Amino acid sequence: MTTATAQIGTGERSAVRYGSIARGRKRTLYWSYFFLILFVIFFLMPPVYMFITSLKTSAEIGAVTNPWWVYHPTLQNYIDLLSQAQFLTFFKNSALVAVIVVSVTMVVSIMAAFSLARMKFWGSGTLATGVFLTYLIPESLLFIPLFKIFAFIHDLTGIELINHWWVLVFLYPTLTVPFCTWIMIGYFASIPKELDEAALIDGAGYIQILTRVFIPVALPGIIAATIFCFTVSWANFLYPLAFTTSADQLVLPVGIVTTLIKGDVYNWGQIMTGALLGAAPPLIIYAFLMDYYIAGLTAGATKG
Amino acid sequence: MAEVALRNIVKTFDRTPAVAGIDLNINDREFVVLVGPSGCGKTTTLRMIAGLEEATSGEIYIGDQLVNDVPPKDRDIAMVFQNYALYPHMTVYENMSFGLRLKKFPKAEIKERVENAARILDITNLLDRRPKQLSGGQRQRVAMGRAIVRNPKVFLFDEPLSNLDAKLRVQMRMEIKKVHQKVTVTTVYVTHDQIEAMTLADRVVVMNGGKIEQIGSPNEVYHRPTTRFVAGFIGSPAMNFLPCRLVEGSNGSAGLSVKLSDKLTFPVPPDRVGRYRPHAGRELLFGLRPEDIIEKRGDLPPGRTAFDAQLDVVEPMGMETMVYFLVDGTEVCGRVNPAVAGKPGETMPLVADLNHMHLIDPKTDQVL
Amino acid sequence: MADAVARDLRIPVVRRRVGARALVSRKSMIAFFFALPLILIVLCLVVYPAFYSMHLATLNKSMTKFVGFGNFEFLFKRNTFWMVVEQSVLFAVTAVIFKAVIGFVVAHFVHNIPLKGQRKWRGMLLIPWVIPPAMSTLAWLWLFDPSYSAFNWILNHLGLAGIPWLGNPYWARAGIILVNVWVGSPFFMIMYLAALKSVPEQLHEAAAIDGANWFQKIWYVNLPMMRNIIQITALFSLIVTFANFDIVKILTNGGPVDQTHVFATWAFTLGIWGNDIPLGASVSLFMFPILAVAAGLILRNIRNRGNEA
Ligand SMILES: Nc1ncnc2c1ncn2[C@@H]1O[C@H](COP(=O)(O)OP(=O)(O)O)[C@@H](O)[C@H]1O
Ligand SMILES: [Mg+2]
Repeated sequence: MTTATAQIGTGERSAVRYGSIARGRKRTLYWSYFFLILFVIFFLMPPVYMFITSLKTSAEIGAVTNPWWVYHPTLQNYIDLLSQAQFLTFFKNSALVAVIVVSVTMVVSIMAAFSLARMKFWGSGTLATGVFLTYLIPESLLFIPLFKIFAFIHDLTGIELINHWWVLVFLYPTLTVPFCTWIMIGYFASIPKELDEAALIDGAGYIQILTRVFIPVALPGIIAATIFCFTVSWANFLYPLAFTTSADQLVLPVGIVTTLIKGDVYNWGQIMTGALLGAAPPLIIYAFLMDYYIAGLTAGATKG
Repeated sequence: MAEVALRNIVKTFDRTPAVAGIDLNINDREFVVLVGPSGCGKTTTLRMIAGLEEATSGEIYIGDQLVNDVPPKDRDIAMVFQNYALYPHMTVYENMSFGLRLKKFPKAEIKERVENAARILDITNLLDRRPKQLSGGQRQRVAMGRAIVRNPKVFLFDEPLSNLDAKLRVQMRMEIKKVHQKVTVTTVYVTHDQIEAMTLADRVVVMNGGKIEQIGSPNEVYHRPTTRFVAGFIGSPAMNFLPCRLVEGSNGSAGLSVKLSDKLTFPVPPDRVGRYRPHAGRELLFGLRPEDIIEKRGDLPPGRTAFDAQLDVVEPMGMETMVYFLVDGTEVCGRVNPAVAGKPGETMPLVADLNHMHLIDPKTDQVL
Repeated sequence: MADAVARDLRIPVVRRRVGARALVSRKSMIAFFFALPLILIVLCLVVYPAFYSMHLATLNKSMTKFVGFGNFEFLFKRNTFWMVVEQSVLFAVTAVIFKAVIGFVVAHFVHNIPLKGQRKWRGMLLIPWVIPPAMSTLAWLWLFDPSYSAFNWILNHLGLAGIPWLGNPYWARAGIILVNVWVGSPFFMIMYLAALKSVPEQLHEAAAIDGANWFQKIWYVNLPMMRNIIQITALFSLIVTFANFDIVKILTNGGPVDQTHVFATWAFTLGIWGNDIPLGASVSLFMFPILAVAAGLILRNIRNRGNEA
């Protein structure tokens, strides 16, 4: 644009400042980077501080030195925790719960989403809305009645549900199933209708359409939903805190908070190490599958 | 042996009729094109033949079989969709063989059929690619290949070319015609593009508002339209329609003539006088295609009448020039040789070929 | 030919129609069967408990007697209850506003830089959302530690007095909001960035030609175009923040002297620790009206989105 103006107005307008637009853009860019760096510092400070502390001995933590620096880095905290049977039990419980919840949720929600997005039956529209609404019911509204119901089941049948790690397998689906179904409905609905019609003409039945067309085509959505499901199962704090108490039945987040904090004695080196190890699985998945993770995050609102 | 027959087919979506009673016989190996404006029920008709939509009433036969209750996979049809509907996660080979694999055909036969279809369509070198790696025209071929390998009784096409750019569309149109000549299968082809319909069809079915307006060969629907809708829909640029009055007498003789305005009156060609006589004195609609309004050159053969027109707009198209002029406030288009076309505002001598004129009863919209 | 066929087949036609209806209902049977596990899970684990909660709220502590609104009357007379109401609302509203503003601003910064680098920055900025909140709150607890606070160390070195982060109710409230904002703004940033990307660049160019400066472009182009996502995200976050448990539980556990309790933590303290399940249920039920309103608004927004598309 600038150059065009310059050419038109040759003689009279010799005072064109070439590149002023580019300069303006550059200034915006620099300011953007400046603020981004500030925000990144703010956002990354706690995990970085976790890491710094995890490398310190109790002695160094207790000494009045610069808390933001490690003078005698050691991996002792990691070695201690990872050789501690109890901590490994937390890890095992967490992993088992997550794997089972993810498997069950994905099977249930893929089937339901296919049915609601494509097959339709009496009341399926209402059910789809209902699924969304149940997704909005937080666990802090449900844990008390569920606690009572589970106690009641024990009185009735003698099956003790409370204070077993596997009770969480019945609880987490209240959080994962509605959301995964909801976003899978969105992904399935975005598959062109002609694709299942082509499969129908090709001779596929409903189950074949689901397994041989919908699941492969919506794989990115399925990965996103799986990641979400895993993250929620791994991170939940309220349910295990309310439903499990014995040390051998705890999952990682609750285990770290309740066993590493002993009364008023805080072993911060170990707590930070535990917290970092507890945060590691979601972080690793995020590092490798970031794009799917983000797709799943935005799907809830943009695919509706 | 695969005739397709529709008997009084009706389809209503939530009380609004999309198809309002269609009767159609399609012969074995015939290429039939359903053409009409958007929303006239072409796709719905095709989908009912495919079994993707259930007819509200009426009967559909494929071959000798009543197929109303037969699911799509057992109707022995193949369909090419507007957006091709290729399975994005499968290679071209897998796409084309999916139906055969579901039916558990032996591997060797699948391979043979796919390779054969690929040869016909000239896509042998694309068999390992995925749909994403193909151009629009190539996807179109694969979609056709998927239909061919199934060796169906009937091919169904739903606007298969409308996602392609203009140049490719012409090329693929020819391709489809060639394929049909190689694998002669009963074909029902849906399009809103009347040029496609004219070039491809053995018979054209013109639809409007959920009903069939006319069935006939491309020449028939072009030269002998039976309704005002068909006359106006087929042909581009569209036929000129002018209100007129059919009056007795022409140049003092015993014929008839059409009075378009105070200044412009055309004599009816003698061979049509008998046909139009009963309507003498009525207000009618006069129809004449632009190519029948040309520049004046030399002597006038019988049936042609010369007149002068003051040009309003002139559109050079290269090999011809469109001239527009007003007759009693109605815009009329003529098609003249670029060498003699006048400029806007000029008066130009033109000739109307009345051997191709149509008169339409405005009450019934039927061509007389 | 086909006419003859039609006549021959007239009787089977009638019989087959029945077959078609059977086919249709078979299809919805399959569909229903596919959705059945979902229906069971939602009914047994969400809908039933939600209603059971209302029933529980009308019982006495040992759950042997029906007391009607007795639990609510008891709550209304307690100062702590009103403090919890105030703190929950204040916490949720303030935190959501901060998260929305920070998310909006950061999304614009990310959007400004070249596309190539955006993925990297976005990746770093989302980390607080990825870490399980219970784990990251431990880090904040340690940052706020009364004797070894790393923040106070910085403040002291700058010549300022240390702050009693979690010891003083006002600072504790601020601290809780700070942690929640830290956890939640990345989510807003991601949502707003996605919305920003869907604003066509031509609109900005048209606005530039119409003489809009950068602020006017944001105000008159971006904001209206993103309004729907902004609302959905904010309402959604309002629900989650209002029902938040982890942060308060770990950071202050309601202290000092119950001044930072929110509904979820107080219900937990009364219901699970205090063993008064009906009272806990009554407290958590107070979340319901706000959740219902927010959920209704979200649903309306999502429907609107559907219509626009
Ligand atoms: N699934 C449907 N539900 C409701 N109305 C429909 C549906 N499919 C088509 N219609 C309506 O039926 C009419 C015919 O549609 P269609 O057969 O697709 O037209 P065409 O293919 O000729 O453009 C249109 O008015 C359309 O709105
Ligand atoms: Mg159509």
